[in-house]
Amino acid sequence: MTSGLSPKQALALRRHLEGGLPLVARPYQELAERINTDENRVLEQMRQWSEQGLFRRIGLVLHHRALGFTANAMLVLDIPDALIDEVGQRLGRAPGINLCYQRPRRLPQWRYNLFCMVHGRQREQVEAQIQALLEEHLLSDLPHQLLFSTQVFKQCGGRFAPSRTGAPTHG
Amino acid sequence: MDDLDRRLINRLQLGLPLVRHPWRELAAELETSSTELLGRLHTLLNDGMLTRFGPMFDIERLGGAFTLAALAVPEERFEEVAEQLHGLPEVAHNYRREHAWNMWFVLACATEQDLTETLHHIETLTGLPLLNLPKEETYHVGLYFPA
Repeated sequence: MTSGLSPKQALALRRHLEGGLPLVARPYQELAERINTDENRVLEQMRQWSEQGLFRRIGLVLHHRALGFTANAMLVLDIPDALIDEVGQRLGRAPGINLCYQRPRRLPQWRYNLFCMVHGRQREQVEAQIQALLEEHLLSDLPHQLLFSTQVFKQCGGRFAPSRTGAPTHG
Repeated sequence: MDDLDRRLINRLQLGLPLVRHPWRELAAELETSSTELLGRLHTLLNDGMLTRFGPMFDIERLGGAFTLAALAVPEERFEEVAEQLHGLPEVAHNYRREHAWNMWFVLACATEQDLTETLHHIETLTGLPLLNLPKEETYHVGLYFPA
């Protein structure tokens, strides 16, 4: 399957997109002009990338602290292996949960295998929200902890390029 | 930030449609104009409320090796260790969290081998054992903006 873009054009398109989508009425037309092709080919290439899972969506990265979401917590849970996919999918979709990942246990130092990121305006609000969420999903009795962040030392998100440093929000 | 900004942010978290006139479609949904939406987005980016707008590439599929790591740093050494990590280009995020494992950071490297070496390097540099927690599964990523 091909979009009609040359490999060189496809690479150039990706490089242009690293800086974000042009903020114009017809962004794909603008990108097409930059790589010397037409709008339909750019759209076709991007649909292919999207179907292949190269990107999930054309979306945005919020600057949580600038938006007043200063209470940032990592919820970690110890979920039985047999249940983790089902619980992960449910929690990942729950309102207020930004990211949800399975990670390995490292016994005896670390027992938790499910990680969720939560952002809120106030600590008490995040605590209450998580408590309600765990009750709703019948998870309150499973071992879990809420790790609030108190300081950010280094934050360089927003670059989604290969062979460079940069990572998706909170890894 | 007003109601339209919030609705725009909420809507964009679901993704911009891959069509020739995406803003026209969104404007119809949000009962406003394309020009208004583009202007709003411009302002939100310029004011630093948003850090990026565009396709969110899955960097793992593009190549590279990543992990989330943690250190249990003695309180009196905290600033010093944070400074050591700050100097490493592989460290992408570094947060202090309230826990015995009090320093949490993301490592982004070009290859698995680079990642292994970086993990060793950090242990040697700091003299502290490291918790290495690479992602095993990503569940649905929901990004709703609370009203």
